[in-house]
Amino acid sequence: MKKTMTGHKAVAEAMRQIEPDVVAVYPITPQSEIAEYYAQYVADGIVHTELVPVESEHSAMSACVGAAAAGARVMTATASQGLALMIEIVYIAASMRLPIVMALANRALSGPINIHCDHSDAYLARDAGVVHIFAESAQEAYDWMIMAQRIAEHENVRLPVVVNLDGFTLTHSVQVVEPLPDEAVKKFVGEFKPAYPLLDVDNPSTWGPFAMPDYYFELKRAQQAGMEAVPEVYLQVQEEYSKLSGRPYKGFFEAYRLEDAERAIVVMGSTAGTAKVVVDELRAKGEKVGLLKVWLWRPFPKEEIVKALSHVSKVAVLDRAFSFGNMGALYLDVTSAFVHQDQRPQFVNYIYGLGGRDTTTEQLAQVFEELKTAQPGELRYIGLRE
Amino acid sequence: MPSIKVLAQREEAQVRFTAGHSLCAGCAEPMIVRTVLNAIEEPVVVANATGCLEVATSRYPTSAWNVPWIHSAFENAAATIAGVEAAYKALKRIGKIKKRIRFVAFGGDGGTYDIGLQALSGALERGHDFLYVVLNNEAYMNTGVQRSSATPRCASATTSPAGKAIPGKPQERKDLTEIVVAHHVPYVAQASVSHLIDLANKVERAMRYEGPKVINVLSTCPLGWRVKRDSTIATAKLAVDTCYWPLYEVVEGKYKVNYKPKEKLPIEEWLKPQGRFRHLFKSEEGKKLIAELQAAVDRHWEELLRKERCTQEA
Repeated sequence: MKKTMTGHKAVAEAMRQIEPDVVAVYPITPQSEIAEYYAQYVADGIVHTELVPVESEHSAMSACVGAAAAGARVMTATASQGLALMIEIVYIAASMRLPIVMALANRALSGPINIHCDHSDAYLARDAGVVHIFAESAQEAYDWMIMAQRIAEHENVRLPVVVNLDGFTLTHSVQVVEPLPDEAVKKFVGEFKPAYPLLDVDNPSTWGPFAMPDYYFELKRAQQAGMEAVPEVYLQVQEEYSKLSGRPYKGFFEAYRLEDAERAIVVMGSTAGTAKVVVDELRAKGEKVGLLKVWLWRPFPKEEIVKALSHVSKVAVLDRAFSFGNMGALYLDVTSAFVHQDQRPQFVNYIYGLGGRDTTTEQLAQVFEELKTAQPGELRYIGLRE
Repeated sequence: MPSIKVLAQREEAQVRFTAGHSLCAGCAEPMIVRTVLNAIEEPVVVANATGCLEVATSRYPTSAWNVPWIHSAFENAAATIAGVEAAYKALKRIGKIKKRIRFVAFGGDGGTYDIGLQALSGALERGHDFLYVVLNNEAYMNTGVQRSSATPRCASATTSPAGKAIPGKPQERKDLTEIVVAHHVPYVAQASVSHLIDLANKVERAMRYEGPKVINVLSTCPLGWRVKRDSTIATAKLAVDTCYWPLYEVVEGKYKVNYKPKEKLPIEEWLKPQGRFRHLFKSEEGKKLIAELQAAVDRHWEELLRKERCTQEA
């Protein structure tokens, strides 16, 4: 049944239906309401979850690591500075192959301090060894939270999954969301089968040992193998979920009117929604434009992106964060995918929307217009006063 | 109370912490760890902060731990064990776990007094059911004897060296035990590697309580303190006999001093054998500082006895 709710509520609903054993969480704008909704579920006794209202995000992820290693299904949520504070332990969670699912209400990193959306927090965790998925809408955030659980816990993956949703734009706006019945979600995620849980006291295991140059490299390589297993698992989970929900999720990204496009935008998150409107408007005027909206950012689907974009002549890659001293991180991802391809588009990089700066349909139409004449390899800005 | 015999029987029945680790000869930590684990009858899960104990007992692919054990980072042993305990509660609630399991965290003074203080305070305030044991060797020994907030005044550490202008660490050490007491947890104690039966008794008493329990154990580091490797116990005993490190416990707010030396030894007896205080015995300035250290010990000891009187009367 369709309902209206905020992105917060959509994420909290997915969490309630999944009903993890432990949620360790610390408040931060624009994530706090997720924690608040969940605390209410616990207070009302409608979930069996042990809520750990920690004194910092560092302890949030530390408690998640302890709980997941103990054998519990574990979830958390944070944003911006919270992720920055917990990042040390996010790396450790990934190295321990713990399937912790985290909602990240994307918010600009300080400084200057700012509570609004950009993707600098996600970019901070780019190399942490976690799976990154970006949602376009509250509905997608809900759906991905549920799919994330299955991807994270698959025996070939066993990695943390971060579901990114744009702070305020998605977390605070009221949208139409169609949740699945509770039982359907419970059945879909199934029972968590932990590997070597600490609480199996008859079979003691040592977690987080010290590895010297003689083993560290192999252990990190094994972690990369977990990442390599993601695409196959992701596609299986996605297919199963699409059948269950009736919502067609197909592939690592959404290719929107891209088949015959001559110019295209590549973007992650809620701005894809704005871009779709622009694509439709320009298409109505006969312009061959399209959109590639990235869902799965890590591991990055290089080959599929090459297939989807190689016929396009000009592509604007939009990054909602700087990678200071170089082009944007998503731009580098996309362009490096084409490094061995003879047939490839010309690429332009746009930095947009930092610290919650609005990105309008007019501006994205302007991007398509500029693409006609822009020099390949240019770094440009959307809506910046220079 | 667990007698030596009981502790030995438990050690024979299940070696929870095995030999073969690479802690230094004379290190107090394995003695403390064995005593703590043997004093607990039920199954135990251990969390360990980064430090000597962690590094020397878990070098991949080996492990000295025959109990479930987790190390995550330096500052988060309390938060990690809190997560383990939360998982236990949730899984017990839905019947996935039936057994009674106990939870112990080990952290050094650096990982507890300094970088892990916030995580410890949070876990104490939230009331998790666990025992936190501080392996207090009064400096960052694993990284090379740098000063911590547990390092005593005047001790020479590598980041507070005794020099021509400054005679070792200028500041008083932090009183972590009292900071823990201020959290109003059911059980807090100070213990020493020199009094292992006292430590075993304290663990046994602590584990009778639900909620957070903390034992701050003085743990001789022959390398960092610059004492002979065979004087681990004797050195720590001097800390107790000089009342520099009183053995006491605070049970539900009531203080009890577990050992009152018949003859309180002068502080020099504790300082003299240790290379880290050697500079104090080489100058007139040193004599003055020793007198100040004595005055501080006397003041804290009297204060402790007063607290015992006040809370036992109440």
